[in-house]
Amino acid sequence: MTVCDSATASFVVNGEAQTIAFPVHHTLLEVLRERCGLPGTKHGCELGECGTCSVLVDGEPVLSCLLLAIEASGRRIETVEGLQQGNRLHPLQRAFADLGAAQCGYCTPGMLMVAKALLRTHPEPTAAQIEEALSGNLCRCTGYGRIVQAVQWAAAMLRGDPWRPPAEAFFGATATDDAGTS
Amino acid sequence: MNDRWDSRSADRAPPVDAENDVAAATVARQPGIAPRLIGQPFTRVDARAKVTGQAQFADDIALPRMTYLKLVRSTAAHARIRGIDLAAARRVPGVLGFLSGRDLPQPYGILPVSEDEHALALDTVRYVGDPIVAVAATSEEQAHEAALAVIIDYQPLTTIASVEQALDTPEPRIHQYGEQGNIHKTVSLAFGDTAAGFEAAECLLEDTFFYEGNTHLALEQHAAVAVPEDDERITVYSSTQTPHYVHRALAKVLGLPAARIRVIACTNGGGFGGKTDPFNHEIAVAKMALELGRPVKVTLSREEVFYCHRGRHPVLMHLRTGFRRDGTITAQHLRTALDGGAYGSYGVASTYYTGALPTTTYHLPAYRFEAVRAFTNKPPCGPKRGHGTPQPRYALEVHLDKAAHVLGIDPAELRLRNIASAGSVTTNWLQLGTIGLAKCIEAVVAGSGWRKRYGRLRHGRGLGLACGAYLCGAGLPIYWNHMPQSGVHIKLDRSGNVAVFCGEAEIGQGSDSVLAAIVAEILGIALADIRLCVADTDLTPVDLGSYSSRVTLMVGHAAVEAAERARAVIAKAVAAQLGVPAEQLVFAERRVFDARDPASGLPFADAVVAAEARYGTLVTAGSYTPPRAPGRYRGSGVGPSPTYSYTAAVIEVEVDPETGLFDVEHVWIAHDIGRAINPVLALGQIEGSVYMGLGEAMMEEQAFRRLPPRLSGALVHKMPSMLEYKSPSFQDMPEITSYLIESPDPQGPFGAKEVGQGPLLPIIPALANAVFDAVGVRIDQVPIQPDLLLKALAAAEKGREPRIGPNAFPDVDFGEPLRVPTPQQGGDGRALDDPRRQQAPGTRSADGTMSEREQALRKGHDAALTTP
Repeated sequence: MTVCDSATASFVVNGEAQTIAFPVHHTLLEVLRERCGLPGTKHGCELGECGTCSVLVDGEPVLSCLLLAIEASGRRIETVEGLQQGNRLHPLQRAFADLGAAQCGYCTPGMLMVAKALLRTHPEPTAAQIEEALSGNLCRCTGYGRIVQAVQWAAAMLRGDPWRPPAEAFFGATATDDAGTS
Repeated sequence: MNDRWDSRSADRAPPVDAENDVAAATVARQPGIAPRLIGQPFTRVDARAKVTGQAQFADDIALPRMTYLKLVRSTAAHARIRGIDLAAARRVPGVLGFLSGRDLPQPYGILPVSEDEHALALDTVRYVGDPIVAVAATSEEQAHEAALAVIIDYQPLTTIASVEQALDTPEPRIHQYGEQGNIHKTVSLAFGDTAAGFEAAECLLEDTFFYEGNTHLALEQHAAVAVPEDDERITVYSSTQTPHYVHRALAKVLGLPAARIRVIACTNGGGFGGKTDPFNHEIAVAKMALELGRPVKVTLSREEVFYCHRGRHPVLMHLRTGFRRDGTITAQHLRTALDGGAYGSYGVASTYYTGALPTTTYHLPAYRFEAVRAFTNKPPCGPKRGHGTPQPRYALEVHLDKAAHVLGIDPAELRLRNIASAGSVTTNWLQLGTIGLAKCIEAVVAGSGWRKRYGRLRHGRGLGLACGAYLCGAGLPIYWNHMPQSGVHIKLDRSGNVAVFCGEAEIGQGSDSVLAAIVAEILGIALADIRLCVADTDLTPVDLGSYSSRVTLMVGHAAVEAAERARAVIAKAVAAQLGVPAEQLVFAERRVFDARDPASGLPFADAVVAAEARYGTLVTAGSYTPPRAPGRYRGSGVGPSPTYSYTAAVIEVEVDPETGLFDVEHVWIAHDIGRAINPVLALGQIEGSVYMGLGEAMMEEQAFRRLPPRLSGALVHKMPSMLEYKSPSFQDMPEITSYLIESPDPQGPFGAKEVGQGPLLPIIPALANAVFDAVGVRIDQVPIQPDLLLKALAAAEKGREPRIGPNAFPDVDFGEPLRVPTPQQGGDGRALDDPRRQQAPGTRSADGTMSEREQALRKGHDAALTTP
């Protein structure tokens, strides 16, 4: 195991062609973080349990800790570092930032990438669709609600729809004196 | 991006409570000027780094010539180490060096009273996962391979799996200290006349509850990188909530002057209390770097993180309470038994915390508290969000729900009748501040339609209510000293740049944003004008760290002081230049101007130039030390806080009586936050607390099992993986309605109180109470799982008690209680019959009362302390 075979593969990572040599058994996660200089992709378990390491391969979400880098040879890889355009944040990044959908920020790169894939096929996703798409990604900080709303907000921005999360999301609910619900 | 919110702020009136002059003065730091930033939902200052992947976590650090460290961890739960065979490991290519216990013989531990840890085991291992050897190699894989090749020869010892077993098994002792046998600590306190209180009761209620342990499960695995500078200086980057305490532990164990060690807390990928102890790997990596003269990195695997733990103690609880017919409480007696795991960690403090805070919510005229913490051969327990209080809070709030049913009083009403008085000193000598609990109860009662719906929903549907309270920072530091608990430096220069330095550590809760916002508010500048430098022990003034919900209040006060001093210097210079009194100047809109003639003024950068020209290079400092607490008895160091936050929650649940499966449909939660510095971040803390509380209530378990005898019989973690350790996913979360109850507390900066931990507390009991309302069964143990519900429903069907939970509390000799007269009895905060009162001043007591500590300090001794 110590003396291991080396492999060389070419990928298009965030739009840039790269040819990289790495030990043949290394995962895409390891190669991205340790060989490509892209540590934005995080790891939470390295066993495919938490979703933190999600990246896009040919536009589809993939757990980079479970994919050997060699299997991604010749494919198009997108990571969180490739989301922004120049210095402009992607609407998903803006929505996550402004809505407090990133707290510690460790699960955020994975969430953003899976959400990006969802929005490609579902430009107007329902909350249930977002929850289903992201259900393999764990977050210990937010309680998830803000992430769902941030994806909806970003979807609206991408559609040019002026919808934004309600005032409650920014200020909390307004307490009433009377018994309200059904 | 932050300025985008300025237009939206018009949606709401300026957040100054005009009804209340004291409150208004607390909030408005400039006469007549409402805050522009404080109270508004500004984008957090670290948001951009976190959504672009630029935020640097400890494992993201890569340095030239960096090497990698792995720990060899014990596979035996309790054993003597007979020998360590490194021969095979030495042959692994790339291996650079090894460390064992003899290289780091100095014991350490977060609390001075329980310094019982070694970075690497000296001769005994006490749980599966206890580190024994550290190995470094040029690659992580080689280090891993070498670690696997290390052979440890164990001589097995009896292993202890539970509190009961620890009480029955005094020998062999897991530690050679502690009270006796495997009892680490007992507490026995009596406040007021409980016998008379129970005598006066018209209704007596007794209950036993069990709360299983659970762990933090921060998504980031702990990591650290140590970089030696020369023979005697070293920098350690780490994922830690408490760089100051790591700094102290490193100095102690490495035997280096603290000034030569620099600890930098990286951005933390979640903490929740799991990164507040100094850890074995942090010490081993530093020692290895000094040995090798090269940078060394260690990153724990997820399995190792489960074994590091320091999470929620499993606690068995017994409650006995006397009530009058009107629901008011006459006396209460609480007993707790904590399964501490293999080391002290924060455990002495956790033990006291299980009994310290019930009095902050409800007036208990007489209160008795007994507790025991036992050592067991499992990963050490410590602080997790709510530290020591979620377990007794769950017990108390379910107990009150039962009382409400016995007494025929609405559970919300029962609580309203017992709420403690704002500004009072409790029976156990805690100084309370503002109390917004009644408003919280009213908000969730109204929001959930409680009065029309509670007790009236169809079978299977139910509502449950519970409350809670939490510290806004522990009143005492972990090691006794007279220095501030938080400090802030501000450097201003002619560019107009404002650099803010503080030892606080961002763990995702938004502490960087609170710090920046307070300085920006007071100096009237934008968040983008501020450069933060935090959590670097070489460069930043000490802050004790991100624990005990202390940061907003304590860092906030230090920031207010530093910023007001900076403003005063600038105002003097500008006043001289403009020829107006300094008091008349306003700092806002990145300008300093005359309140009576706003056109007359200077841009902020020019105002700094004026001050620098007149007074020289500009640096100001601010610091904060909490007020002295009134308690003077042994153990009174745990519980005091400058003020307390309050929370109430109602949960609606749908139970399927056929399967026991249930769904949480809706959570209404109201939190008395004093004043939200940033409502978006505050709401995020509330929602995150609801989430984490539901995880604990429904599924999370740090549970252990014995391997079969042929596999050593060791106690191993039942589920050290994220697949098996269940935590809620997107699809498990209900709708949450959060109310921020704002009524500024004069003890808080801008009136602010904590929000990071308190909102978790009512969630667990509210769920248990909702299950009862839905199907009429009591689940007196946590987590509440469908199989328990089915068992309870089956019991109900057979006419047996519809309850699942523990029935007995172990027989523990707590000894004679320390009797402390209450404030109502005219006490002075001291115990009546404390045998240690006879001790010579300055001696090192097991706990150390405040006065003992002070006396010890006067004599130049290092006094012991029990408090985080």
